[in-house]
Amino acid sequence: MAYRWINTLTKDDITPKAAYLNRRQILAGTVGLGAIGLAGGASAQDALEPNTLEEITSYNNFYEFGTGKGDPAANAHKLQTSPWSIKVDGMVDNPGEYALDDLLAGLTVEDRLYRFRCVEAWSMVIPWNGIELADILNKVGVQSGAKYVAFETAVQPENMIGVQRRVLDFPYVEGLRLDEAMHPLTIMATGIYDEPLYNQNGAPIRLVVPWKYGFKSIKSIVGIRLTDTQPPISWNVANPREYGFYSNVNPTVDHPRWSQASERRIGGGLFASRQDTLMFNGYPEVASLYEGQDLTVDI
Amino acid sequence: MSVSQTINGGLRRVPAWTIYIVGAVYAVWEFWRALNQIGPYLVEPINVLERAYGEIALILLVAGLMVTPLRKWTGVNLIKFRRAIGVTAFFFVLAHFLVFAILDVQSVSRVWTEIVKRPYVTVGMASFLMLIPLAVTSNNLSVRKLGAATWRKMHKLTYPAAILGAIHYLWLVKGFQLEPIIYILVIVGLIATRYVSSERRQQSA
Repeated sequence: MAYRWINTLTKDDITPKAAYLNRRQILAGTVGLGAIGLAGGASAQDALEPNTLEEITSYNNFYEFGTGKGDPAANAHKLQTSPWSIKVDGMVDNPGEYALDDLLAGLTVEDRLYRFRCVEAWSMVIPWNGIELADILNKVGVQSGAKYVAFETAVQPENMIGVQRRVLDFPYVEGLRLDEAMHPLTIMATGIYDEPLYNQNGAPIRLVVPWKYGFKSIKSIVGIRLTDTQPPISWNVANPREYGFYSNVNPTVDHPRWSQASERRIGGGLFASRQDTLMFNGYPEVASLYEGQDLTVDI
Repeated sequence: MSVSQTINGGLRRVPAWTIYIVGAVYAVWEFWRALNQIGPYLVEPINVLERAYGEIALILLVAGLMVTPLRKWTGVNLIKFRRAIGVTAFFFVLAHFLVFAILDVQSVSRVWTEIVKRPYVTVGMASFLMLIPLAVTSNNLSVRKLGAATWRKMHKLTYPAAILGAIHYLWLVKGFQLEPIIYILVIVGLIATRYVSSERRQQSA
């Protein structure tokens, strides 16, 4: 069924660390060359330029640590990530409480430069390091009859200000249909820019599903369950009118709060222009997963 | 001399236009920080600036509503600052709208779509529209032309405008968040004190 995703981007495509740490200064120094930059911008529009580590680690939604975009960076240091184990249960051959290292042992960590599109109509480009979820699921053995994968985020009430304030009904839960979970684009990320995940980005391990809105990419996972029924997902429980199970990036279906037709790429400053949002966030290879489904209904 | 008299005495020497100066300096200061992506503006300055202007507008609307109860309860008299507070609030709502229209959604058709399709934008816009005639008539000439009674009646539009502003905030946030709820409770409370006490006056009369 699923093929191996061919990563056409190599390490050479990832901005060297020295450069991304200094990009702000470099940009400041090239303001005078702005006209040249603009002229070249149109042709380079599709080349993915990753956001800086600073941007990726300081503008986050992680409601366990507060609702402000800077709150996770300020508060997530309290998250205890060691030791970390993941409970794998449901319709699997080898259920159990796995130490993180044991679960990932022998699996390949790959570089994946993905677009990341938030339902709030902003986006980033992030150089993840991660393992295909399919590899993990094959390792634990998915039983026939399993149709969905449910995920759960850690709850550490004493360390999580957002949990104390009951912003949502925690623990945060998410889910994918099995074919979505097995798709080679779907990864469990353990790093960004070859550094371990920062806590505010969902350390030590998180889901990344690049063709879906960011809230589907659940952080700091402690539970994976295989089921034959569609699992509940937190935002749908909180507001069923606004958030559906699939939540595929779809510029033709508006969210009640945000137009999804366009987005703003983070990093453009105060005068950043909007750009058109792409169907499936620019990953048309997933379209076949939804053949026969009406995506204006299955939102 | 009581504490409130001392405060009132001190305030007598502070001209009302100080409010405009402080407001303008604050607006420019935030814009400058957003432009240079300093502090909270580091990563996504547009949305943060939009929120900063919106929130200070709401705070100033609350401050304007507090003037009368404050005088009644504590004797501290800020009445001469009230017009400046209200007009400054209007300027921040305007700035908030301009950031939304020009920097955030970036086109007239998108602004219109947002107003029509998103209820939280609709109520925010309604609040803004209510404040326009109030800002325009915030001068002595208008008070004379309209007559004090009519003018005062008209300026009660600040009540629904403030409530709609707070609903706009509540509707906009995701999940259960305390801050917008506090704004609504405070605003409704401040408006309620006026009606409760005027009823009492009527009863005793």
